[in-house]
Amino acid sequence: MESAASVTADAKIVIKGVKKRFGPKVVLDGLDLVVPRGQSLVIIGGSGTGKSVTIKCVLGILKPDAGQILVDGQDTAKLRGNARDAYLRKFGMLFQGAALFDSMTVWENVAFGLIQGRGVKRATAREIAFEKLAKVGLAADVGALYPSELSGGMQKRVGLARAIAAEPEIIFFDEPTTGLDPIMSDIINNLIVETRGSGTTTLSITHDLVSARKIADRIAMLYKGKIIWEGPTAEIDRSGNPYVEQFIHGRAEGPIKMEVKA
Amino acid sequence: MNVFASVGRATLDLLREIGRLSIFTADAVTSFVRPPIYWSLVGKQIMRIGYFSLPVVGLTAFFTGAVLALQIYIGTARYGAEQFVPTVVLIGILRELGPVIAGLMVAGRVAAAIAAELGTMRVTEQIDALTTLATRPIKYLVVPRLMAALISMPILVAIADAIGVMGGYVAATESLDFTGSIYLNTTMAALSNNDIASGLYKAVVFGFLIALMGCYNGFNSKGGAQGVGAATTNAVVSASILILVANYILTNIFNLLGI
Repeated sequence: MESAASVTADAKIVIKGVKKRFGPKVVLDGLDLVVPRGQSLVIIGGSGTGKSVTIKCVLGILKPDAGQILVDGQDTAKLRGNARDAYLRKFGMLFQGAALFDSMTVWENVAFGLIQGRGVKRATAREIAFEKLAKVGLAADVGALYPSELSGGMQKRVGLARAIAAEPEIIFFDEPTTGLDPIMSDIINNLIVETRGSGTTTLSITHDLVSARKIADRIAMLYKGKIIWEGPTAEIDRSGNPYVEQFIHGRAEGPIKMEVKA
Repeated sequence: MNVFASVGRATLDLLREIGRLSIFTADAVTSFVRPPIYWSLVGKQIMRIGYFSLPVVGLTAFFTGAVLALQIYIGTARYGAEQFVPTVVLIGILRELGPVIAGLMVAGRVAAAIAAELGTMRVTEQIDALTTLATRPIKYLVVPRLMAALISMPILVAIADAIGVMGGYVAATESLDFTGSIYLNTTMAALSNNDIASGLYKAVVFGFLIALMGCYNGFNSKGGAQGVGAATTNAVVSASILILVANYILTNIFNLLGI
């Protein structure tokens, strides 16, 4: 593994020794990870290895039991009130199930973060929403529909438009291609690469390697609450790590034993 | 199986739950006074919690008042004290049955609806999505519902009081041999501010408990459809029990204070 210290200087997100357990179940067991500024890091790993928990800890939705999370050098655990609101304005996120607000129309979903989170005027936010919808390839008439009227792929696009609407510094992608057909997956992957823009830092979690290879600058593999390998995307095929080898080739036999019993 | 271990575990679970609820309540109440307050959402929730509860609350209040008049007549007639029917109906409705019946009906309607809505938002990650859009879920979802319930419940109970007393009047004049004008005059003469106020104070507390239980259970629902179902049931059951317990405690306090 490359020395983390060399990239810390220009690190956007630094996760140091983060531990999180739910009851007796240890999910994160001393997680160390650095996301360099302006790069796209993808965390791969099996189901239930704590990928989503990692992102929720960074957002402060979950509080780590131990360890530290620094974003722009700022310790996130100490943020309260307005400082926390300002902190959250740095982020955008595309959820696995899109997590669109079903009581609102598509454009209101996309404009939500602008209107509620940043106090943008409704008319202005509406214009921006339609502009972002066009960017993810959705026609203007989709804006007036409700999320339940859309297919899974279209919901993901709306979720993507919502995540990028406020042009956040950091975007999280939680399983962006799960549940989509291969073609739609590729479309979403392309959109992620296109819409990211320059200078945006992204952290994605996935178990879809095709997607990871396409959107990642660097890949990290999470196993049993720890990062067991981290490196540039091109090196994933020569990692020399038996766990990574097993995962990327999708073999049932190997050092990773699926825990069938919960 | 060790008996002490299971008793201990149950006790710890209970304490944990109480702790969690206390933190949630403190969080919600302190968010009350800090801007921003989403007034348009408060208005929308007043419609849903208050206005749309009117038919069911009105109907139950009417029949409760009516049956109360009939039962009190049976009791008082044994001693030739039928003239007390209007007064007892009035006090019974204003102090107890108006707020309790309205509270239980609204608990069934509203606590369930809130828990199901917020529970679904929780399991589909919509509540987490609010956080990523720089919006505090407690402020956006919980405060408007609590506020709407605090405003709606006293108004609902005041209306339930009037309809309940009218139910008693209708039963007394139609099924019993009361003269309308005498019944109304007795009622008006017995009307006291304390009776009205004590019922309305209760209504405020009940409104808070209903919205709090709906929000808390919805917010903490887990899993999928089954989790949301469990949250909905818990919301209604806990709100109803808390209303009855709070009613007893409040009645005691009002007695002590002479309200």
